[in-house]
Amino acid sequence: MTGWGNIVIQGVLIGGLYAMFAAGLALIFGVMRLVNIAHGDLIVLAAYLALIATDALAINPLAAIAFVAPAMAALGYGLQRGLLNRTLGDDLLPPLLVTFGLSVILQNGLLELFTADSRRLNAGAIEIASFQLAEGVWIGVLPLIQFVAAIAVIGGLQILFYRTALGRAFRAASDDPSVAQLVGIDNRHVFALAMAISLAVVAVAGVLIAIRTNFDPAIGPARLIFGFEAVIIGGLGSMWGTLAGGIILGVSQAIGAQINPGWQILAGHLAFLFILAVWPQGLFPKIQG
Amino acid sequence: MPEPLLEVRALDAHYGDFQALFGLSLAVSAGEIVAVVGANGAGKSTLLKCIAGAIKSRRDAIAFCGEPIGDLAAHEVVGRGIALVPEGRRLFPSLSLEENLLIGGQLGRPGPWTLERIYELFPALAERRHVPSSALSGGQQQMVAIGRALMSNPRLLLCDELSLGLAPIVVRDLYARLPSIVREGTSLIIVEQDIVQALKAAQEALCLQEGRVALAGQSATLSHDAIAAAYFGT
Amino acid sequence: MTASFQVEHATRASRIGTAVLLAALLILAFAPAFAGRDDLRLFSEIFAYIALASLWNLLAGYAGLVSVGQQAFVGLGGYILFASTILAGLHPFAAVALAGIVAGAVALPVAGLLFRLRGHYFAIGTWVMAEVFRLVAAQISALGGGSGISLPAAIVTSMAASRQRREFEMYWVALALMAAVLGAIVLLLRSRYGLALTAIRDNELAARSSGVDVWRTKLVVYILTAFGTATIGALIFLQKLRISPETAFSVNDWTAFVIFITVIGGIGRVEGPIVGTLVFFLLRQTLADLGSLYLLMLGAVAIAIMLFAPRGIWGLVVARFGWQVLPLARRLRFAADPQPG
Repeated sequence: MTGWGNIVIQGVLIGGLYAMFAAGLALIFGVMRLVNIAHGDLIVLAAYLALIATDALAINPLAAIAFVAPAMAALGYGLQRGLLNRTLGDDLLPPLLVTFGLSVILQNGLLELFTADSRRLNAGAIEIASFQLAEGVWIGVLPLIQFVAAIAVIGGLQILFYRTALGRAFRAASDDPSVAQLVGIDNRHVFALAMAISLAVVAVAGVLIAIRTNFDPAIGPARLIFGFEAVIIGGLGSMWGTLAGGIILGVSQAIGAQINPGWQILAGHLAFLFILAVWPQGLFPKIQG
Repeated sequence: MPEPLLEVRALDAHYGDFQALFGLSLAVSAGEIVAVVGANGAGKSTLLKCIAGAIKSRRDAIAFCGEPIGDLAAHEVVGRGIALVPEGRRLFPSLSLEENLLIGGQLGRPGPWTLERIYELFPALAERRHVPSSALSGGQQQMVAIGRALMSNPRLLLCDELSLGLAPIVVRDLYARLPSIVREGTSLIIVEQDIVQALKAAQEALCLQEGRVALAGQSATLSHDAIAAAYFGT
Repeated sequence: MTASFQVEHATRASRIGTAVLLAALLILAFAPAFAGRDDLRLFSEIFAYIALASLWNLLAGYAGLVSVGQQAFVGLGGYILFASTILAGLHPFAAVALAGIVAGAVALPVAGLLFRLRGHYFAIGTWVMAEVFRLVAAQISALGGGSGISLPAAIVTSMAASRQRREFEMYWVALALMAAVLGAIVLLLRSRYGLALTAIRDNELAARSSGVDVWRTKLVVYILTAFGTATIGALIFLQKLRISPETAFSVNDWTAFVIFITVIGGIGRVEGPIVGTLVFFLLRQTLADLGSLYLLMLGAVAIAIMLFAPRGIWGLVVARFGWQVLPLARRLRFAADPQPG
């Protein structure tokens, strides 16, 4: 029985990471109805930036977040203001195709710069440290840190959205962009800030995943898909729902892997499709898709 | 004679191929209330949108405090001191009553209008401050919309169809508060379907017809027949 | 008293264009007489991409269903071909036809799930579906599992005795399929369904209030596109003689290239994918194989086109010259009108 207990716990912990992939995605969809197909590839970019930072500065990858997060945030601001703001509008083709093009550019650019070799960030002893929660139940320190980080990020985003002036501006610009302009909100700036925050979250997620598993330029789309599945399972418009979605996805994958290692990812997809079939709005929906 | 607060000079406006305003000119002095009336489609809302920056115009077509602002973006116009109360209220549904007011003030322009002052002007709002804006009555929403615009401490307030969809007693109540807004230093342009109410509140009135000024003058001197003729274009 | 009228589709430009196209098809049919083996393979590849891009264009540009998961059906078509020839002994060309039919049937429940998602989320959902197909295919050990399988020599030789004859037959089937796909699309767009599609493309809400059954129209288009895509996919892998989950469901080969072709050529116009494919292959032939740099450039070009020339190359041509190669205009000619001179 504790065998399955361990499985579920592992699933819950990685679900936090998936929720972090999802949080960045959900944030910008909530604010400006944009789905960034390059989201997963940006996570991978963050991983490579962390690689450069740890190599150049000889620091622990977790400390590299202090460099990668601001860099990615700046990139996000520039990307939104310089490129993506122009694609916003009623037609959904331009933002979709531009971010798809961006995804291809990122993957192939990283391929040219870093080759297809698998990399991994070395975080030292913390990678294998674990402690015993109960009889026969072990929790890795690193996965726990990742889970706590996810909760902190989502909690932080909730506070940002509902308790700050910037969050008010996000919600207003999302409700009615033209009236938002009429009360003095500069939409171009606000949207760019939203993207900057989204990419800061992406940076944290990227560093954490780079410590956890091997990465190469091609793993981006899978991260996008996990984030997307977590958002849909949880329900659009609910940040905590996204956490629940991530956990459900993580646990499904863990159970699938236990039955047959080759079924891990597939189990997650099937859980997603099942929930899509039965609860199309997700489990904790707040807004219409 | 002091420089007018707002000057509109030969303003044109287009929606694609359709021209809505033809060389329109008007002036608003500080401390004034100006009423703009006219039939549907006459261009009243278009005029306000141009002044507010929601529609881009020729740079020198609109001057505020002597500065040309015709080509400024809407959020920049708010920064200069012009605020619009949009037609149909258009409150933010995701925000509560108080948050709708707060967001009006997020530019932090100095002036007499604060949250407390707005609640003094509209006491009915104070007790519902945390209610989601979508749960308010039409009259309360209109008060919030006015309050939201006032929070940016504008020198000129543009009101688009305040009376739309509201009961007459509510409309009278709203209009009763306009003079105190002017006393605090904000001039008004009010666009109205309710001509009687508009002329009672305003010192000056304009009647638009198909994008042009058909009649203008002191509201007290305009006769009923003259207005009807200008309104319908007979 | 109602006047009787007819709907006319042809314009002078389109009459010329159609004639040119038919002449080109005729010349291409005789290509085996003067073109070498490598050239025939190149042509077949071009035909396949024209067909795939035209189908994607129908889905995205007309029905408003932007899919980044059509590789699901390309791969499905390939796997049905291999499964039905290897495991059921079907003749390869019959298997190609079967692939389309099976895919059409599969597309129905798939659409039932995916249509619950809207817009961008629908797009990613199609990608997830393709991943599901890929992972399931990797589990089928009878078809090589994760590493894939080659088409047994016996099946290859069953098509025709000599290799030259096989190459010719596959070439002609590729040409015929492309012509069939283009013809079907033109006919569909000329029909009432086509009118509904153009309405949906222009303004979905208005279309719905005019009585167009948007959901059903989109479903029909989705199923037909799946049918066409899988048929092409089956032929592609028949020519490759080998299939694996990686190649069958490759996002790059069957979605990225297709999308770039259509965007560059011009979305929402039937001529767009044809122009786009020709430009794409021209670029590929003239630029040495730069591998990932080539994809990178394509991505940049596609972004630039989306931002600055969203109607693509053909869109620019239409705006400048007003040409229409294919007879897709709609003009009403009343019985009392004078006949054109």
